[in-house]
Amino acid sequence: MMKRDEVIKSLIGRLPDDQIVVAAYTAAFDLIALRPNPLNYISSGAMGLTAPHALGFALGMPDRRIILLDGDGSLLMNLGSLVTIANAAPRNLIHFVCQNGTYEANGGHPIPGQGRVDFAAMAKGAGYASTHELSDLADFNDRIDAVLAAPGPVFVDLKMVPGEAHPKDYKIMHGPKIREEFRAALKAG
Amino acid sequence: MEGAISAENNLIAPIDGKLHGAAIIAAIKQSGVQTVVTVPDRTTASGLLRPISQDNELRHVLVCKEDEAVAISAALSFCDHRALVLIQYTGLLDSINAVRGVAVEYNMPICMMVGLLGKEPGVAPTDSNQYGVKIIEPILDAMGVAHLLIESDADVEAIVPAIEEAYKNSCPIVLLIGRPPTAPGDAP
Repeated sequence: MMKRDEVIKSLIGRLPDDQIVVAAYTAAFDLIALRPNPLNYISSGAMGLTAPHALGFALGMPDRRIILLDGDGSLLMNLGSLVTIANAAPRNLIHFVCQNGTYEANGGHPIPGQGRVDFAAMAKGAGYASTHELSDLADFNDRIDAVLAAPGPVFVDLKMVPGEAHPKDYKIMHGPKIREEFRAALKAG
Repeated sequence: MEGAISAENNLIAPIDGKLHGAAIIAAIKQSGVQTVVTVPDRTTASGLLRPISQDNELRHVLVCKEDEAVAISAALSFCDHRALVLIQYTGLLDSINAVRGVAVEYNMPICMMVGLLGKEPGVAPTDSNQYGVKIIEPILDAMGVAHLLIESDADVEAIVPAIEEAYKNSCPIVLLIGRPPTAPGDAP
């Protein structure tokens, strides 16, 4: 099973500097540690709202690709967002879910359905343009370029285990500075 | 006298007054809103949602749950794209945490139009016999969220400045729809 920091490193190594990445909680903390960039959006406001934020960005900026790093606990909190996204059908949205089976930001307790829940099947049933399930880093590296080039909405279930832990500073996540920097970076083009 | 604000009868609008959906939709457009994000509400289903869903000048985004609409609107605001969340008061109650986290604590211009299903015409929401309706304004007050009651055609003129203010000051506004707006084809 691949480690989250390894797969995030591999993913961000393929992204241009002007790539918008929307991320949930633990993945967000990994993201800002591994890819300091004002176009990281990590302020979801509450669990379950990262995917809807990403959809809003995708609809508001149809000419820019939006990458979403969702969490399995966050997605479970708003499973209907799979249907909402599939119905809106943004061609510029790639929805990754980091499936480690735990509420890692909340003490590491298991998610309901740990080890059994099939997010890719749910996304396929919701109507995503394509769905993928990846659990091996070499397989991820072989397939990720094609995944990133495919028309959305694309769903990618990343089955993983926690990797290197990065600082979880919720004041950064929820404070105004990171959103002001994001807004300024958007305006700068 | 029927229809005036009165300590005796607690009426805030004419019982038999009208609220024209077309006027509300015109105000929504005039305020620069380009996208309406919705979960259907019986109060606004005919007079607002149906014509909005058929209006080529407004993008209509269907969501499964109202808190999604709050987040979508927030993201759209970063793109200089104005949105309106059109939901029922039950959906507002269900999305309180999203309103708390995104609209209030992040100071985002989330504009919500909320149908008060079951509110008695002309009666102030806080005087409603419907428990869910009765608690809405006190909850919004406790959260520090501005709100306006849109109960008659005379109230509609407040919509554009309210939405302008929300975007200018980057803060939420809730426009409470106090009676079912008339739909195209209804009696004038």
